[in-house]
Amino acid sequence: MATALSLTHLGSLMRGVRSVDEVGADERAAALAKRSIKKSSKLWALDLAVRCMDLTTLEGADTPGKVAAMCAKAMRPKAGDATIPSVAAVCVYPLRIADCVEHLRGTTVRIASVATAFPSGQSFTPIKVEETEQAVRAGAHEIDMVIDRGAFLSGDYQRVYDEIVAVKEACGPAHLKVILETGELGTYDAVRRASILAMAAGADFIKTSTGKVQPAATLPVALVMMESIRDFVRETGRPVGFKAAGGIRTAKQAIAYLVLTYETLGPDWMTPDRLRLGASTLLNDVLMQIDKERTGAYQSPDYFTID
Amino acid sequence: MAITKKQSTDLSGVPTKSKISRGGLAKQVFEYAPAPESIDHVKIQPRYGLFIGGRMVEPHSKKRFPTINPATESKLAEVVDADEVDVDHAVKAADKAFDSWARLSPSRRARYLFRISRLLQERSRELAVVETMDGGKPIKESRDVDIPLSAAHFFYYAGWADKLEWAFPNRKPRPLGVAGQVIPWNFPLLMLAWKIAPALAAGNTVVLKPAETTPLSAMVFAEICMQAELPPGVVNIVTGAGKTGSLVVSHPDVKKVAFTGSTEVGKSIQRAIAGSGKRLTLELGGKAANIVFDDAPLDQAVEGIVNGIYFNQGHVCCAGSRLLVQESIAEPLLEKLKRRLSTLRLGDPLDKNTDIGAINSRAQLEKIQGLVESGIEEGAELYQPECVLPARGFWFPPSLFTNVSQSYRIAREEIFGPVLSVLTFRTPNEAVEKANNTPYGLSAGVWTDKGSRILWMAERMRAGVVWANTFNRFDPSSPFGGYKESGFGREGGVHGLLPYLELN
Repeated sequence: MATALSLTHLGSLMRGVRSVDEVGADERAAALAKRSIKKSSKLWALDLAVRCMDLTTLEGADTPGKVAAMCAKAMRPKAGDATIPSVAAVCVYPLRIADCVEHLRGTTVRIASVATAFPSGQSFTPIKVEETEQAVRAGAHEIDMVIDRGAFLSGDYQRVYDEIVAVKEACGPAHLKVILETGELGTYDAVRRASILAMAAGADFIKTSTGKVQPAATLPVALVMMESIRDFVRETGRPVGFKAAGGIRTAKQAIAYLVLTYETLGPDWMTPDRLRLGASTLLNDVLMQIDKERTGAYQSPDYFTID
Repeated sequence: MAITKKQSTDLSGVPTKSKISRGGLAKQVFEYAPAPESIDHVKIQPRYGLFIGGRMVEPHSKKRFPTINPATESKLAEVVDADEVDVDHAVKAADKAFDSWARLSPSRRARYLFRISRLLQERSRELAVVETMDGGKPIKESRDVDIPLSAAHFFYYAGWADKLEWAFPNRKPRPLGVAGQVIPWNFPLLMLAWKIAPALAAGNTVVLKPAETTPLSAMVFAEICMQAELPPGVVNIVTGAGKTGSLVVSHPDVKKVAFTGSTEVGKSIQRAIAGSGKRLTLELGGKAANIVFDDAPLDQAVEGIVNGIYFNQGHVCCAGSRLLVQESIAEPLLEKLKRRLSTLRLGDPLDKNTDIGAINSRAQLEKIQGLVESGIEEGAELYQPECVLPARGFWFPPSLFTNVSQSYRIAREEIFGPVLSVLTFRTPNEAVEKANNTPYGLSAGVWTDKGSRILWMAERMRAGVVWANTFNRFDPSSPFGGYKESGFGREGGVHGLLPYLELN
């Protein structure tokens, strides 16, 4: 558990965060995206992509029926094929937690709920804390909170920090993922600062985006966040997980994130405990690629259920 | 990961001493399956002749020698060891072609160069595979760097061919005649492009000798010249070893000599042609300093250091072979660098995931081994990641030396291999002093977040290129060349035309 930092300490922490060279980070991410992952390693990666997936629906139109269908898909991604593992978690709005609890009882699939005035975070801290507490009481195992970007961009790091600390406390046993919404932060330097801030405040995971803002997850942003994690672990010894979310639609993209994780954070992060891919439409493409690797032929999309 | 087991020291040739420390990844779960580039589409002939007067001809010389794949030591083809008569034929053919090529309307000259550029792009996959098989460099480098840059170079100089009078206003630029060009084995096709493109754009004809260990991409280039219907004799290519090269540069009808290679050979060329009136440009060795200040973006600096010294197995004249790191950040930087070294994938150069390929030749491997041994003997501390070297072929693991003094051979001599010497400094003045304290002066790198310091450093570095927060970045429009024993003359950019023109 992070101990609260005072204003002066926090200021020096933020000033001491190393800069990121944008050209260099883009180049490194592009180079890793060119890794050629074939055959057995591709199958291994696709299997891991399923196991690390947070199957997500975050729409105003979400209903108990929609969530029930998604839970079924989360438990058994491919009908009649027991070799495909369950996904790591489902990710829903707080009001849909109860539906998930009902359908996922006794399974390994975790329930993640967004909270803290998702996606903008522009609300009162007590309300965010209350929302978190209620979500955990309703049965969420994981809370995906957003940081207050308004406070962050205006330099009020203390407010952002205190809020994360408060939400983390409200989480109790639930895991806390802190969404930085990198698409609104503007520079890789800010991404790195926000990453260090969130980890220092107690985040179990840091997560790129809400999926509601463009650009969402990109490889260079993921690289910068992972490098921040690497440095944080070196300083503190506390491992922090990484979640990419938003815009990951193809198996090829998912594999690029796995390669990036492998070469930046190492094999210890190649597990759902430390790596998540948040996605709403990725799963079927991964299933299709698994079938292709196994049979040598692409199947019609009609053989993959849309839930 | 390719890097798994303990390296067998007899293959690396580095004696195991207590000073060698090794690191490596703890747990392996994600093995990258082999992803070899297909070689079916590449046709390498068993024997090559010489490219003289627009066609492949049978040589006068009866001597041939094999060119091998340094990753497997298997023979790829046999090429001619051209003799005096062959070189004379080639120079005569170039001389004969000179008048009409020089008089050809400049826009038509440009058209041939554009055509060559396009053919290089069209045959890029084939050229990348040939370059990798003959030279040992990773396919990702030949595919993404060597071949695209070669095509870009022809494209760039094609644009100058009809604008020479605008390049040098109020002067009357004229070509010189036959250019004799000798190129090295580290970037065979790219160095060919650097030599031939400006020479032809300026209206000269050329006789080029590729390096003894890497003649094959030049042989494919000869085919491309024929495909482009380049007038006979404008480009002539003779293969051979050092003897053939010296015949080319000392031939009386050669008006201009361009050489890229070792400082030792460069000096002997300069001696040999002294007083002959031939124009000369030399691009020779280097011992570049890559300077990292305490405010640098560390993770990107690590990538730049890796790119600077391990790119092309360190067979790069402008390689950042001396890392000068500010003492206050030496520890975290070296920790990051060592971790990064353990992720480098050494192995089959044709595998698309290979980062470190084969050393170009046995002779070069022995030179690297000798210098590394001298480093250990002089008291430097060697670090190599755990790394399996293939049983056949020429290999050397990525290596770095700490505890290095300016006086050690590994800090002064060009190793031309994947070996980094790490030194520290305390102040910017000390960094400049140490960086310039070398007989070479080809390139340098500066890593800092402070713009004013970059300019301050660049003003003081005696090096032809100073890269800021990057390394080994090339563009045809940017001139490249050395100070001091790194040579003279510039290649690339408008400056690269100058050595091939008489300005009246």
